[in-house]
Amino acid sequence: MKIWLALLLCPLNASAFCGFYVAKADSSLYNKASQVVIVRSDGRTVLTMANDYKGDPKEFALVVPVPVVLHKNDVKVVEADVLAGLDAYSAPRLVEYFDEDPCNPRLLYSKGSGVAAVRGSSSDGSLAQQRKSAKALGVTIEEKFTAGEYDILILSAKESDGLETWLTQEGYKLPKNASKALKPYITQKLKFFVAKVNLKEQEKSGFAKLRPLQFGFKDARFMLPLRLGMLNADGPQDLMVYAITKKGRVESTNYRTVDMPSDREIPTYAREDFAKIYPAMFENAWTKNDKRSVLTEYTWDLNWCDPCAAEPPTRETLEKLGVFWFADTPDSAPQNPPFMPRRRGPSRGGALEARITRLHVRYEPATWPEDLVFQETTDTRNYQARYVLRHRWEGKASSCDAAKTYLTKELPERESKAVDELAMLTGWKPEKIRSDWKKARAEGKDKAKTRQY
Amino acid sequence: MSELGLSLRTVDPRRFQIAFLGSFLLFGLYRLEFKLEAAQVALTFASGLAVQAFFLRRLRLNDGYLSALVTCLGLSLLIRSDTYWVHPLAAAVGIGGKFLLRVNGKHLFNPANLGVVFALALGHAWISPAQWGHETMVAAWVLLLGAMVVSRARRSDVSLAFLTSFLSLCALRVLWLGQRWQVLGHRLDDGSLLLFTFFMISDPKTLPDSRRGRAALAFLVALLAFGWQFGLYRYNGLFYALFVLTPTTALWDRMWPGDKYDWNPEKRNEDLVSAAPLPA
Repeated sequence: MKIWLALLLCPLNASAFCGFYVAKADSSLYNKASQVVIVRSDGRTVLTMANDYKGDPKEFALVVPVPVVLHKNDVKVVEADVLAGLDAYSAPRLVEYFDEDPCNPRLLYSKGSGVAAVRGSSSDGSLAQQRKSAKALGVTIEEKFTAGEYDILILSAKESDGLETWLTQEGYKLPKNASKALKPYITQKLKFFVAKVNLKEQEKSGFAKLRPLQFGFKDARFMLPLRLGMLNADGPQDLMVYAITKKGRVESTNYRTVDMPSDREIPTYAREDFAKIYPAMFENAWTKNDKRSVLTEYTWDLNWCDPCAAEPPTRETLEKLGVFWFADTPDSAPQNPPFMPRRRGPSRGGALEARITRLHVRYEPATWPEDLVFQETTDTRNYQARYVLRHRWEGKASSCDAAKTYLTKELPERESKAVDELAMLTGWKPEKIRSDWKKARAEGKDKAKTRQY
Repeated sequence: MSELGLSLRTVDPRRFQIAFLGSFLLFGLYRLEFKLEAAQVALTFASGLAVQAFFLRRLRLNDGYLSALVTCLGLSLLIRSDTYWVHPLAAAVGIGGKFLLRVNGKHLFNPANLGVVFALALGHAWISPAQWGHETMVAAWVLLLGAMVVSRARRSDVSLAFLTSFLSLCALRVLWLGQRWQVLGHRLDDGSLLLFTFFMISDPKTLPDSRRGRAALAFLVALLAFGWQFGLYRYNGLFYALFVLTPTTALWDRMWPGDKYDWNPEKRNEDLVSAAPLPA
């Protein structure tokens, strides 16, 4: 049996359009992306960890440090599409505009994004040791139950070696240095949430894929245990955190949190290549920020969006994701709240008290020595990573004087600026961008298929 | 001691503080993309300097504006808000408190500390301790520790006592948990820790006069802040700890009397009331 020690356990869905690994999603790719939803208010946390594990379910296991003993009622599985919707809604977005007939006007729609799946790696190995009882090893099974297709154990341990030995003899294959990584959690008296797949239940459930696991607890700590996840890291790993709070933006208090550059106009061939371009922009931004910063891709009042990459999640969806405070606000309880996608102002009446912050974390063991600690700020300003395409007006210079100026002066200047902008955002050479654009243009790939307003 | 050191020591240390904090603020605004608007900085200064001017006239003091400038810089560096009123209000309260809340001629609170705690209490502000990033922080620590050694600042003992205590507690925690030593180094990426160490707890106008008293205060502040952050998992422990403990200065002075501090010992006669310092 193999195990992902992690918070981010396992293999997960890369962000929507971050499109990492879009080219292929085969199992040779490393476990480099995970998704976690953290719902947090008044000291209560609900974590949902998505996983898109495609390997043999027998091989799947997950270990997450948790602050308290969880009981059956604290744990459940949720449908994967719930998380996918949140991902799509908060993903960085491309927006298109069309140049007006200079001798005339208009504008925009947003382009959503495809989802790229990534799977994870696991470490191999075998066990075999003289079996010792849990008690002798200082391991206590605090709880044991089944949630959906998972068998769950909640363990507490007196020492990390004992826990490692016990897990190993139970058939979990631990990465190297597991004991060392487990120790700080044991010393802090954290418990361990251990999940593996119950094959019978999985068959009964009829779901081919493993569904996200969710659990909630009350604890002052607002953090994510990254360090365990680094054990099977081979290079940097990506973690998408969707933090849902009542009001304020979420940021890290122990790693610098910065916004992705946004609202930049980039070449129109990006509409076909965004899945390549955005990851390059992210990589570049991450590198420029010392490779030690958390990048914010989105923070918005969950009642609306502008433009919308996907519809805002409904009240029902948010509750499935673990939002627990809506019931506390008695009057704002219309079953189907008046979500107002694409509206330009915050909705009134019946609006839900909820904000999302999408944090893209790329971490590596050497420079991320500590687990991520967060705080909810009082910041209610909205922000989105948004990139703008402006399609050229396809007309003739002879149409009018303005058209001549447009085609010979304004347009070349603007396009040249877009090239420079993209070069700055991605770190690519302007020559490469120009030639890619030219090629795309020759193939008609930089054009919107239908012009929309 | 070098000539440089000598000449540094004869200049009002607040001028250095202003130069350092000012460049730190500009760097933060324009390079580190602080979530801070120039308008918020302008409002902080407008409000802080107006309140300083009001009290100088009212109380007929001749203290000047150095301290107020240091306070305004400190507040701009630390406080983040999505409103325009929090910064000026914090500056007004911090600097007003300096004139109104005094015990034995000393300030009950460091003005920037009071401003920060007040802003947090309003519920529309936060502090982003990690906003500086690793590289900036390495440079800043080297620069400030270096400057302290060269200038032999007269109240640097309290900064060192505090920093040593706080980092020792953090080191013990690393040992206890069996974490890697990088975790200790990572603590130094905390920009509020640096500002607090050099520009807030070191404010001579709030400190005990005796060296022993200062060391005791520094240790207690470190202990309380550490417990708040790592025992209770709360935020902004440094500022709350200092806020709660500076009023004990009068007790330390009673227990262990010492010489009063003066910003410009050479000009003692010109400056009887001695300017009110600021965040340090």
